[in-house]
Amino acid sequence: MSAIKEFTKGIYKENPVFKQALGLCPVLAVSNSVENGLGMGLAATFVLVCSNIIISLIRKGVPPKIRIPVYIVVIATFVTMIDLSMAGFFPALHKSLGIFVPLIVVNCIILGRAEAYAGKNKVGLSFLDGLGMGIGFTFALMLLGVIRELLGNGSLFGVPMLGAHFEPVLIMILPPGAFLTIGFVLGFFNWLENRRQRN
Amino acid sequence: MELKSLFIISIGSIFINNFIFSRFLGICPYIGVSKQLDSAVGMGAAVTFVMTLASTVTWLIYNYLLAPIEANLFYKLFSLKQPPDLTFLKTIAFILVIASLVQFVEMVIQKTSPALYKSLGIYLPLITTNCAILGVSLLNINENYLFIESIVNGLSAGIGFTIALVLMAGIREKLELADIPKSMRGIPIAFIMAGLMAIAFLGFSGLKL
Repeated sequence: MSAIKEFTKGIYKENPVFKQALGLCPVLAVSNSVENGLGMGLAATFVLVCSNIIISLIRKGVPPKIRIPVYIVVIATFVTMIDLSMAGFFPALHKSLGIFVPLIVVNCIILGRAEAYAGKNKVGLSFLDGLGMGIGFTFALMLLGVIRELLGNGSLFGVPMLGAHFEPVLIMILPPGAFLTIGFVLGFFNWLENRRQRN
Repeated sequence: MELKSLFIISIGSIFINNFIFSRFLGICPYIGVSKQLDSAVGMGAAVTFVMTLASTVTWLIYNYLLAPIEANLFYKLFSLKQPPDLTFLKTIAFILVIASLVQFVEMVIQKTSPALYKSLGIYLPLITTNCAILGVSLLNINENYLFIESIVNGLSAGIGFTIALVLMAGIREKLELADIPKSMRGIPIAFIMAGLMAIAFLGFSGLKL
């Protein structure tokens, strides 16, 4: 029962982006299309799951004083792996994500989970925690991607959705659109939370 | 010629490709530390300092240890047949260098100037996981900047970050008094403000240099 809870908490209740406001740089930068958002989300999920497993396995052997550098090396190793494989298998996606692939290293969600969860819990639970948080992060990226691509380009995954009459709101796929969208989406989630508490 | 290209790089990093408003690097400290003007100035100064230093050090590391060129130190010291290509290690190498650099800067400031440490000290540990620092190091390499150009780029990216942070802090101090719907208070309204400022900064992209 609690294992399921560990998995689902990352998706909505403790969603890293909407509830904890972590890892916002990649969320804003690569959510200009659904495809970029999905690619970034999956890459970060892979790193999150793998680093959670490894850190949970080595947690008893790592002296507490140097744990942060050790965690960073583990994370950086997986980021290098995903960076090189993405460059090999999906060169177009790798190019449009740009420096945000190597920057997964400094994504605060990953170090945050290592510090707050994987360094203290068993492997199985850490795996579920990483997977849940990764899916929550991917969900956030895709939600923003859908809003921005639909309004800014009238399409989803590059397929036109809104017909020929729709005039694209170009600002939505430009940098300011990212800030405005995340502002309103965060406001919406706060409103949901407030309403739930009142009832 | 040299001076002109440096000028173009610095204007580009401060205004046109501002780290916050157009590259989306360093958003976490931007939202986290922009509540008060004093701490925004302190954080901006600390980030600018570390960014300049990190640009310098990572450029040297990349070009003398990792890149497969004649100047590679491993190639020279161990008389290898050809320069080794260690560029795949750059993410790991850079993040470790930045982490130790921040620690080192913290220790030096603590020993030499307690007053400065008091005002900058609390921000320094936060800087390691600031993606703007690693971001500027990687950008310098991607853009093939020369040594001086990298330093100038690091410095101006830091100045651009500070400008964005200080402007935001000024606005957020006033926002405290505004009558905002309850759900939008705090972070959401800060993002809306950032969006409006980003629209203003979009104007700089018309600048032809």
